[in-house]
Amino acid sequence: MNHEKLALSEDILMQIEKPARYIGKEYNSVVKDLKDVDVRFAMCFPDVYEIGMSHLGIQILYDMFNGMDGVWCERVYSPWLDLDAIMRRDHIPLFALESQDPVKDFDFLGITIQYEMCYTNILQVLDLAQIPLLSKDRTDSDVIVIGGGPCTYNPEPIADFFDVFYIGEGETRYQELIDLYRKHKKAGFHRDAFLREVSHVPGMYVPSLYEVTYKEDGTIQSFLPRFADVPAKILKEVEMDLSNTYYPMKPLVPYVKITQDRVVLEIQRGCIRGCRFCQAGQLYRPVRERDVEKLKEYAMTMLKNTGHEEITLSSLSSSDYSKLPELIDYLIEECAKQHVNISLPSLRIDAFSLDVMSKVQDVKKSSLTFAPEAGSQRLRNVINKGLTEEVILHGAHLAFEGGWTRVKLYFMLGQPTETEEDIRGIAELCNKIAAEFFDTVPKEKRVNGRVQIVASTSFFVPKPFTPFQWAPQCTKEQFVEKAYFTRKCISEQLNQKSIKYNWHEADASVMEGVLARGDRRLCEVIRKVYEKGCFYDAWSEYYKHQTWLDTMAECGLTPEFYTSRQRSLDEIFPWDFIDAGVTKEFLKREWCKAQAETISENCKLKCQGCGAARFGGGICFEARNVENE
Amino acid sequence: MSEHAKLRIKFHKTGALRFIGHLDVMRFFQKCLRRAEIPVCYTGGFSPHQILTFAAPLSVGLESLGEYMDVEVSSYTTSEDILRRLNKASVPEIEIVSVKLLPENAGNAMASVAAASYEVSFREGRVPAFFMESDEMIKMELEAFLGRPTIPYVKSGKKGTREVDLKPGIFSLEWFPGQKCFHMLLDASSGDNVKPSQVLDAFLSARGECLPENSLKILRLDTLTRAPHGDGEIGELISMDSVGEIF
Repeated sequence: MNHEKLALSEDILMQIEKPARYIGKEYNSVVKDLKDVDVRFAMCFPDVYEIGMSHLGIQILYDMFNGMDGVWCERVYSPWLDLDAIMRRDHIPLFALESQDPVKDFDFLGITIQYEMCYTNILQVLDLAQIPLLSKDRTDSDVIVIGGGPCTYNPEPIADFFDVFYIGEGETRYQELIDLYRKHKKAGFHRDAFLREVSHVPGMYVPSLYEVTYKEDGTIQSFLPRFADVPAKILKEVEMDLSNTYYPMKPLVPYVKITQDRVVLEIQRGCIRGCRFCQAGQLYRPVRERDVEKLKEYAMTMLKNTGHEEITLSSLSSSDYSKLPELIDYLIEECAKQHVNISLPSLRIDAFSLDVMSKVQDVKKSSLTFAPEAGSQRLRNVINKGLTEEVILHGAHLAFEGGWTRVKLYFMLGQPTETEEDIRGIAELCNKIAAEFFDTVPKEKRVNGRVQIVASTSFFVPKPFTPFQWAPQCTKEQFVEKAYFTRKCISEQLNQKSIKYNWHEADASVMEGVLARGDRRLCEVIRKVYEKGCFYDAWSEYYKHQTWLDTMAECGLTPEFYTSRQRSLDEIFPWDFIDAGVTKEFLKREWCKAQAETISENCKLKCQGCGAARFGGGICFEARNVENE
Repeated sequence: MSEHAKLRIKFHKTGALRFIGHLDVMRFFQKCLRRAEIPVCYTGGFSPHQILTFAAPLSVGLESLGEYMDVEVSSYTTSEDILRRLNKASVPEIEIVSVKLLPENAGNAMASVAAASYEVSFREGRVPAFFMESDEMIKMELEAFLGRPTIPYVKSGKKGTREVDLKPGIFSLEWFPGQKCFHMLLDASSGDNVKPSQVLDAFLSARGECLPENSLKILRLDTLTRAPHGDGEIGELISMDSVGEIF
């Protein structure tokens, strides 16, 4: 029989859960002959396989790297706790899936950082890989650790663990980085010299080349490059030609069932809406669409190359894609022929989307989702969520007419200026939707007699590069109180029996807030917390809040400094050295408008002068039209 | 191109893919058939799925040269063409080795499984003390074991433990001293399935020895069914592959 090389022994593979996570061999995975390879890149998503494999960004970069001559990109995920314990016990070095070779022997380890609560998993990966946790302890023979993804827009809490951060979209600068690496390899590699030159490549942030000083109150005094040739500001990288860049025509097809087990079609990047709480809406500006003809072709090619039975569209707000009806009509027609399901995310509920949804899903079984994010019109104006009660109720009315009986509503608690009235508005909106059902659907036509409304609240965590980056975050006690109050208000509604209420835990939201707007001093906290055995913090069953609090105290830091503190308009933020395209002036304007309860029109209606126009493309240069909301 | 038919597909599952489970194999083939553009028939309803049946599930860790699935198609070309397309859409560790047209009255792959044959050996350093004995001794003891009127064995499963008699499910058991391996032919029907490890565990525990965990290297050689037979008779065991015809 075949005797493939496996990093784990038979005994280990037979005793752990889902050994298929660790053997590679997925359809469309890339195996290269080592004699044709001079740069080995390990691409890591620091969470369990099923989550990491569902991530589109890695599939894009995997395809891009493996399309480069001489570069072999392989994948790495966080081993689950069962294997983690065995690898520590037996000193088995973390390996890449394709070759099963130790990651420490690679040239690069790229880590995508999608959410703050995975920071300890980054240390787990480095530790298991037997790579020094701190950049300063690495030598010329160690792998270069590079971070990317949305959390790198404030990389400071994890600055000590990375040699480089790539700020922005991955399609643009990796070839340059690899070529620079080759040049240094040829000349005799010195880590410091290499990293110094990396800092000259646009979008690259080498944290060791910067010096931070603090004021007595703990805020930043100065944040400066140590050398004159190192840039003081780093402008994010943007792929401006989305229709003619890398897109994986042969995505990996895993054996085990993963979270996103389908073809993912990214139709556009960015969002015109400008909701003030939303980080992604600012980071991915300007809005850029992919050509609809290209998308049609991609969809069919990817379905053919994977055999997937489902396709989904990816974007921050699919309804805003200008050619959406054309694309969806095409997909419905083609997919029906091939027994492919279409799953439609984040569509605004209106006549068009309801018509489409009734074609692609079982109305009786599916539910409709609204995301008002706040309960009152006043607060929705504060957060600039351009969704009115009238629109929601009309959407619900149409949906009930169309046969839907389940509605999901998403809200956030703890946004700036929120009062009890705003929270009561959540309950009242739910109640009105239920009433709309009873008004719309006559008794004899009610399938189960009743409408099901599920209201979920999450706790608002202010993020860098949003107008709310100045906002104080609620304390845990305030969060919990707000959730109780929401529950109480819902229980007082006439239709309360039709409303189910879910809320998230508050502990992790506090720490997410600390890390989101944190500074370099948190590196020590994260390292110590990890050394005390914390990881998989994004999994609530493994999150140890008290350990985090204790460790912060040991390091002389408090959560309140990072979360509930009032920040002044002239404070230097840890992430200010990054130029994310949107200017601090624009964000300040938006923060002031929020407090004045004034909305800002979306990019299609009116340019708000955010600063992203400097990238020279996308929505900023398209003819504006007046749309009917 | 011909009309609606049922095809039986035989495949190998070897190498590292011995670590993927039965559900994963099913999911793999659902996608593989689509990649190969085989016109598989779908069920009706709001969530249609492919009409696909698998023979005997293979436990994780086992390799096999005799796995089967039956698939209903709305049209077909030739065995050779379908075989080639499937292998192009597959991975080296899952190799499709035959595609046959089933007669109209053939039982489906799952229901018609009667037995499976295995090649079983001990993994390095895991040979139980008894099997260090002389070949003569081993042969004698195995014969005595098989000659017993019943072979009681305590099966433990999800619903707790229950005692069963393995004897009727062991159709044959041979020891090959040269290769240091067994060939076993065991009942693999869904109700009375006997596993190679259970047989050796029963044998060893009768001698006061335990089968060490994870000590066996098991290769399923083939899956078998009963040949068509008259009422009240029992058909002979034949390979599931011999039911259909090449086309």
